[in-house]
Amino acid sequence: MTVSDPKHDVPEGAREKDQITTDPSNPSERMRAGSMTLTLAPWVIATVVLIFLPMFFTNNSTLTIMNQMSITIVFALAYNMLLGQGGMLSFGHAVYAGVGGFACMHIMNMSDFFETIPLVILPVFGGLFGMGLAMIVGSFSTRSAGTVFAMISLGVGELIAACSVIIVAFFGGEEGISGDRTYAQPFFGVEFLQQIEVYYLTIAWLVISAALMYLWSRTPVGRMANAVRDNPERAQFLGYSARWVRYYSFIASGFFCGIAGGLFAINYEILTEENLNTASSGVILLVTFLGGVGFFFGPIIGAIAFTLLQTVLSLSTELWAFYAGTLFVATVMFFPGGLAGLIMMHVPAFKLGKASGLVMPYIKTLLPGAIGLLGLAALVEMTFHFRHAATGDVEMTLFWTTFNSHEVLPWIIAGAVTVIGLGIAKVTAPSLKEAWNEANTAGGAS
Amino acid sequence: MSTPALELTGLKKSFGKAEIIRGIDLSIGKAERHAIIGPNGAGKSTLFNLITARFAPTAGTVKLHGENLAGLEPFQINRKGLSRSFQITNIFPAMTVFENVRCALLWAQGYKYSFWHLVNSKRDLTEGAEAILDQINLLERRNLPAGTLSYAEQRALEIGITIAGGADVIMLDEPTAGMSNTETDYITDLILKVTAGKTLIMVEHDMGVVFGLADRISVLVYGEIIATGAPADVRADARVQEAYLGAALEAEH
Amino acid sequence: MDLILVNLIDGLVTGLLLFMLSAGLTLIFSMMGVLNFAHASFYMLGAYFAYQISLALGFWMGLLIAPIVVGVLGAGVERYGLRRVHQYGHVPELIFTFGLALLIEEMVQFVWGKNQMAYSVPEVLNFTAFAISGNSIPAYKIFMIFTSIAIFIGLLYILTKTRVGMIIQAALSYPRTVEALGHNVPLIFMGVFGVGTALAGLAGVIAGPVLGTFPGMAFVLGSIVFVTIVIGGLGSLWGALVASLLIGWITTFAKSYNIEMEDVLNSIGISTPENLSDSVFRDFWSLTSPQIADILPYILMVLILIFRPAGLFGKRQS
Repeated sequence: MTVSDPKHDVPEGAREKDQITTDPSNPSERMRAGSMTLTLAPWVIATVVLIFLPMFFTNNSTLTIMNQMSITIVFALAYNMLLGQGGMLSFGHAVYAGVGGFACMHIMNMSDFFETIPLVILPVFGGLFGMGLAMIVGSFSTRSAGTVFAMISLGVGELIAACSVIIVAFFGGEEGISGDRTYAQPFFGVEFLQQIEVYYLTIAWLVISAALMYLWSRTPVGRMANAVRDNPERAQFLGYSARWVRYYSFIASGFFCGIAGGLFAINYEILTEENLNTASSGVILLVTFLGGVGFFFGPIIGAIAFTLLQTVLSLSTELWAFYAGTLFVATVMFFPGGLAGLIMMHVPAFKLGKASGLVMPYIKTLLPGAIGLLGLAALVEMTFHFRHAATGDVEMTLFWTTFNSHEVLPWIIAGAVTVIGLGIAKVTAPSLKEAWNEANTAGGAS
Repeated sequence: MSTPALELTGLKKSFGKAEIIRGIDLSIGKAERHAIIGPNGAGKSTLFNLITARFAPTAGTVKLHGENLAGLEPFQINRKGLSRSFQITNIFPAMTVFENVRCALLWAQGYKYSFWHLVNSKRDLTEGAEAILDQINLLERRNLPAGTLSYAEQRALEIGITIAGGADVIMLDEPTAGMSNTETDYITDLILKVTAGKTLIMVEHDMGVVFGLADRISVLVYGEIIATGAPADVRADARVQEAYLGAALEAEH
Repeated sequence: MDLILVNLIDGLVTGLLLFMLSAGLTLIFSMMGVLNFAHASFYMLGAYFAYQISLALGFWMGLLIAPIVVGVLGAGVERYGLRRVHQYGHVPELIFTFGLALLIEEMVQFVWGKNQMAYSVPEVLNFTAFAISGNSIPAYKIFMIFTSIAIFIGLLYILTKTRVGMIIQAALSYPRTVEALGHNVPLIFMGVFGVGTALAGLAGVIAGPVLGTFPGMAFVLGSIVFVTIVIGGLGSLWGALVASLLIGWITTFAKSYNIEMEDVLNSIGISTPENLSDSVFRDFWSLTSPQIADILPYILMVLILIFRPAGLFGKRQS
């Protein structure tokens, strides 16, 4: 690949954004001191929130969801070490988490050894196994980024997933491997019988892993991962081997994936082929991209949003994967920066103190738009019911309303809601755009 | 005579049947400023790419301080003290100006593939990068993304990145290409300043820059060096005049 | 000997089917430099559309119309989807086609449900063409072979002998120059994408009745198609052909001959350990070739990528 003139390479939006987030007039010393408090604050707040959250959500199913969220966050952050920071697209990343998880299950079942270690350090073993696998695979897959890397990751992923049914001794065949976490040595008297205890174990690892991954991105090798992603050739002429930089990123990513796998093993006490297959790898790609690969916190937002969406939607509709797929494709097409990108888009307006001017236009456009989309979803649900419900089953429940899907009226209502909602959104869109431009222009009335 | 900084012997390169570099012997002494000139398509950039192992030579050797560079990767050559810039600006456009320079310092300051140092808390990195930025007059732009700089500023940044690692042999590929006169003067002064005491090898089209900067000049025509010597000698060389005039005429038709 | 012949024919059918998919995919790759993850999804759409059409108009109309519909759909995806994502770079493009593959599978389930469709071989072709020592070869297989070969010859003719083919070939290597010569390159891209997906659709139409028309059919074949073009060398039509046939035959033979790992290891001088059932490697020793038939292509691909990253016939490195 040739490197074209960077003047034309930087997307318009990215430039403006970065230009405004960094203040050139600040002397370096003050900058650094300022950024220290700035970077510490979110971590402290997040940790405090995580510690006190169970006081408000006391039932076990909520804790389960929060645990799942935490595991997904660790996994997605680890995945983004490759995709976002290293520019490597992996289609088989579930195997690193999966193998780490399987290793932890085996340790749980080695009772003589398991009795002697506290459960809290089990994820480290998951991490080491994930890292070991990454060291082997990475030794040949990180030679280049791009398509070849993606294809090797897919091939290795499929290979290991297929092995899970063949190599029964390690992967347990179709039943998978299960164990019991409570056989570990009690940790200050805690035996992890209760969900809340597992919750605190999980969030402790979440905070530790996230902090370590953040710090990684601030180390020489982490910075060079970005450099190699943007311009591997230039990095080579600065004394760095692009391949070794990629290899180190890959190994680190494998380690944290393995941690996520270990946490999964502790939470669910069973691992199966599902933890390894392409579908799981696809989900983590989706989560990460939805959150936004360009910012460190993107995958965190993605994991939270995705888990909530999954929980809410999969309870209320059979078509949840259909909506997720649509959302994914729409994100790639229209918001390649993901949710984090959308949030960061608003930073300039905040800095100019004009963000408040956006509230009303947003309500005027997005609210009708959302209602219109719900109407569209209702039409989709009704069509699905009409086609696939058992013969004679004409009743369906949607938005807490039960009606007959074979009558005309519900269709008219849903259709009208869709057309009117989206119609209003379309009409008000220009004024939103105007307000947006106004909010991002320095000076002026406010 | 001491070991030359860079020594090329019988260097050849063919792409398919086309022989682009047809046997080059050249010796460049320590702290010499050497310019390579020649008409378009003479193989100047190819020669640069051969020296820095972007391409593998078909035949011949490249020696840096007497050490054969055959079989080394670009990053290994860089670690031996040879650094280069590119004809097309080659920086990290999404990173800030400061970070561009800091990345260039990492290896030289011994951080290698470290994941146990935090770059922000390293005084030597920050101060080193700021010193370089000061030299290339980009201190005020330090927190801007490099891609947003003006063209001349990007070229200056590229020179900054090239010298940051402390290499003693610096190769610049058309550092003033596409610049206005004032910009050219600015870059020329900059080059003089930052390469003081170092070996400089540059490809350049602007004869003003070449004759102002170079101690010696080599003229490359169709893959061969037809003359090497002090600026005045080269200017007077009949073959150079012929080759330059001839090529210039050809290019016009 | 006879069994070998039967397997050769079966492998040829699988291989040619793979080729119909990989030919389009590899053409699209050499043109746009993007691997279309949704390629096998168009194959699936071909089968479903043909099934729907065959209900009303019969198999042959399905064979004719379904690929065209799929091709138009593919061209639409290129025009309104891929072209938009293209500006963000290669990785988003790959991710887009990946998401599209998921979405198409969900859409198919939405419209046709999760069960296999009753799409079957047409009456005219539902007989035994000939038998090789008791193994009957259905006429439909012969039909598949001939259709695929006809497609290959047609494709080769268009690409090498016609004006359109010349322009396409030129656009593959020098899009800027071709554009400067006054040809509408985006239109050529869209056309090639349409034709590539139409070919995949056609493969779906003729494979649907024998391999089954169900929502997982794209997934089953999808990654194998990638493996094929990676093995053959990205962008190489001949590579795609050779790799398709290679994979077709390898998997067919591995499935039909029960070669056991124990025998293989014994024959190269490694003796079976005493108490095999206690050994950690017991699963490795009891491996049989039908068990690993489906992962052989992946093993082959990983090996090729390690030792010959450009593939068998590949020229350019990505």
